[in-house]
Amino acid sequence: MTELDRALREAAGGLPATGPPSEALERLYARAEKENLVDVAYAQVDSPLGPLTVAATHRGLVRIAYPERQLDQVLAGLAEAVSPRVLEAPARLDPIRRELGEYFEGRRRRFETPIDWALTRGFFRRVLQATAQIDYGQVRTYSEVAAGAGNVKAVRATGNGLGSNPMPVVVPCHRVVRTGGGLGGYTGGIERKEFLLALERR
Amino acid sequence: MSLPPFQALLDAHGAAVHRFLVASVGPSEADDCFQEACIAALRSYPRLTHADNLRGWLLRIAQRKVIDAHRARARRPVPVPAAPEREAGATFPPAESIDGQPAVWALVRALPEKQRVAVFLRSAADLSYAEVAEVLGSSQEAARRNVHEGLKRLREEWSA
Repeated sequence: MTELDRALREAAGGLPATGPPSEALERLYARAEKENLVDVAYAQVDSPLGPLTVAATHRGLVRIAYPERQLDQVLAGLAEAVSPRVLEAPARLDPIRRELGEYFEGRRRRFETPIDWALTRGFFRRVLQATAQIDYGQVRTYSEVAAGAGNVKAVRATGNGLGSNPMPVVVPCHRVVRTGGGLGGYTGGIERKEFLLALERR
Repeated sequence: MSLPPFQALLDAHGAAVHRFLVASVGPSEADDCFQEACIAALRSYPRLTHADNLRGWLLRIAQRKVIDAHRARARRPVPVPAAPEREAGATFPPAESIDGQPAVWALVRALPEKQRVAVFLRSAADLSYAEVAEVLGSSQEAARRNVHEGLKRLREEWSA
């Protein structure tokens, strides 16, 4: 190895290893947002149910994922279905972060953030849109929601549609229960459904 | 064809791009270059037709921003700090740093454009010759030649 090689290696060893400083990244995200280059912004939002991954397009909230979902899978799904311009640009999520905080403290009964239904389609979308109409503290049965979605007989498909809910909590699939009082299933685990129903009974 | 989320690219390759920029333009301009490169990349990302070698694609954009920065600096009336003067019996390359940066970077920056980029891609971003070729848009042989000629020139200049 020549002296030049050694000097180059030594100089390379002194270069930053972890990328640009966080302030530089924040400026980048702010500028990308301002120039309309962030099609999907996401952030982590703390909640009593664990850290949620929350994502929004320019139209509105598009995804809430429980922590069991692999972050890279959630983001890959958004890149595929919406746009690959997915960035961790948390500022856009500030309104929904605040609303979720108020909801979990029992101070909010209705979410104002607009919803982007981009990850839903067909009958499942109608099921979720019917579910979005159920008020805080109320419950409906699977067959009531099936009827609301326009097909009273499609109870099983309604269950599948609720299981596919890309925006749990805000689209309140936890308010859908079995005829006769059973809780039914829940995309984030039955304990979470119990927690949310109990929160809304307080 | 599906492209990965842009954030995944930044997480995977942002550090290599940033190292290349710090070596090429110095730490104070590197953050601006990084921002310019990422904004340009975001603009064209959805139209990208293949997802192979996204690191090379990002570095290619970064490399254009480096050329812009060099040209802007050349137009500026402020004198550029010159490569260190050689004193008789001095060792190569000079051990001391210029403005807190290794003196060897200042010498590489004085190389012709292609050699300069090729040497920085090899030594700062740790790219293979195949990847250097991709960034330069040249053959692998040409990439290898650019690196070797750049290094040869550095040695020759010093021992002349």
